[in-house]
Amino acid sequence: MPPLIEVRNLTKTYALGELAVNALQGITLTIDRGSFVAVMGASGSGKSTLMNLLGCLDRPTSGTYVLDGIPVESLDRDQLAEIRNQKIGFIFQNFNLLPRMDARENVELPLLYKTSDTPDASELSTRALAAVGLAGREHNFPSQLSGGQQQRVAIARALINNPQILLADEPTGALDSKTSAEIMSIFQGLNRSGHITIVLVTHSDEVAQYADRIIAFRDGRILSDGLVGNPHMAVVAAGAAVPAEVLS
Amino acid sequence: MKHIISSMRIAFRSLRMNKLRSGLTMLGIIIGVAAVIATVAIGSGATQRIQEQIASVGSNLIIILPGSTTSSGLRLGSGNAVTLSEADAKDLAAQCPDIAIATPTVRGGAQVVFENNNWATIIFGITPDYLIIRDLSVADGAAFSQQDVVGATKVALLGKTVANNLFGGADPVGQTIRIKQVPFTVVGVLAPKGQSSTGQDQDDVILLPISTAKRKVIGSKQANADAVDTIMMQAKSSNQMQAGQDEAEALLRQRHHLSQAEADDFSIRNLQEIFAAQEASSSTMSLMLAGVASVSLMVGGIGIMNIMLVSVRERTREIGLRQAVGAKVRDVLTQFLVEAVTLAIAGGFVGILLGIATSAVVSRLAGWNTVVGPGAVALAVFFSALVGIVFGYYPARKAAYLDPIEALRSE
Repeated sequence: MPPLIEVRNLTKTYALGELAVNALQGITLTIDRGSFVAVMGASGSGKSTLMNLLGCLDRPTSGTYVLDGIPVESLDRDQLAEIRNQKIGFIFQNFNLLPRMDARENVELPLLYKTSDTPDASELSTRALAAVGLAGREHNFPSQLSGGQQQRVAIARALINNPQILLADEPTGALDSKTSAEIMSIFQGLNRSGHITIVLVTHSDEVAQYADRIIAFRDGRILSDGLVGNPHMAVVAAGAAVPAEVLS
Repeated sequence: MKHIISSMRIAFRSLRMNKLRSGLTMLGIIIGVAAVIATVAIGSGATQRIQEQIASVGSNLIIILPGSTTSSGLRLGSGNAVTLSEADAKDLAAQCPDIAIATPTVRGGAQVVFENNNWATIIFGITPDYLIIRDLSVADGAAFSQQDVVGATKVALLGKTVANNLFGGADPVGQTIRIKQVPFTVVGVLAPKGQSSTGQDQDDVILLPISTAKRKVIGSKQANADAVDTIMMQAKSSNQMQAGQDEAEALLRQRHHLSQAEADDFSIRNLQEIFAAQEASSSTMSLMLAGVASVSLMVGGIGIMNIMLVSVRERTREIGLRQAVGAKVRDVLTQFLVEAVTLAIAGGFVGILLGIATSAVVSRLAGWNTVVGPGAVALAVFFSALVGIVFGYYPARKAAYLDPIEALRSE
């Protein structure tokens, strides 16, 4: 089976006024199905740019990106929207729930944009909310939920369309350490028993330890890429300026 | 479809959450629609009133009056000469193909007496055709016939006002009244007609056979026995009015032996022309109100565009999120268009209610009849939806083409 994500020589250049900023400078990367990858790096290192590209929210300047067998770098705006709807679940640092909708409506939001009809929408959302431990909270509005609960709703929303991959951008950044641990164990459970591929951006060494592979970014390049448990990882996580050659 | 329903739900929720803002936004639409509704209601009320007036005078009515006379260099007003005759009427009816009926009438005033009561009223000498032309019906008793005209019998038909004044509540039919000392038997009472367009009481009248009227009541002023005051004609249809008028003019000129150089010694009037002028002035009024309404709708539309632009900015992150979970360009466009249209139509409904209230007030103050028809309501809903679409499109398009990354990052 081919890997879920195959990225080759991916570059992204932003025009910042007169200046051209090379946010990604030729990334080559594969992510296997069922893996749990943590992406680390200082801000401006290019990890957010990569996440946007992996999430089909943006198109690369050059290079190729094959997601689940589909070359997505040449798709148009609406085709990308469809890929996001079908294959990707997003989880954000600030949850991004719609305040005027209750938990169930938030969870069912992706179904609204599905091309096919989902007659069993409420059954699906009930199940998704139960899976993240929020059974009975279907009619609570985001303002009536704690931060941890809101993030669970967001996870349920990301799961509702049975995506191939979850892309989480600092999912615990706005949570205390106890709640962070709860959220991370949900991710771990989804990865281990649900076999869902997860790519997660984090600053936290602790959070990164839940992953089984850590990719570190610096200046638009991969600084290190290794399995958790590798003795070098601690160095990377600490943010020390170790050249990539040393780590590999 | 499902996102249209969802968009409507969201739109109603945001309407409820921002009551004041929504209310102010809708104000322009409300005023515009209320103006449309009131305009149409008042306009159709006025038209209806004019049509009722035309009907009350008689439909397709053409009136021929004698011309003016010149006596010792003094030109008197039209109707003073005695140039029309019963024979004219007979020939008009027989020889003008576009004329259905032509009937002669004479007119005079008299004091009428029944027992202790007396009353001054207008006397018309007529033939039964007059009842048809004027669309008069007999409420009580029966009309007199052509036989009564031929035989000059002394029978009378009373208008409602005359009957009330002479008889109070009692039944006049079969009673004898005196007109200029001559006894007449009342054979019937006319159904009420109400006021004419000039405010005259059309029920303050007595109708007599023309022959009797001329001999016993009005006759003395006439130069010859055949002369009449007026000939009333009915065209076969409203389209044949002009043709009938032309035929009548030609025939009368021929009968009166008028040479090319001589002017008509009669004048032909068509009441519909008078009412057409009235109708034109009322439609000018409607046009002005419609202008006000469309300006107001446009101002309302600009208000909606403004608030939708604010809404797009406020909800940029929501738009970004929707895009992230799969909303396509069309989905976002639809959502914001539906919201704009919902806002506009909600304003439209309030406007309809306000318009109905306004026309009720106008109807009461002006004493007019106003008609709020389903057509006007449909028109108002259509226009407010149109305003929503036209003015909601730009903000919706702006939302639909937001960059999802930028949108998600915004506060």
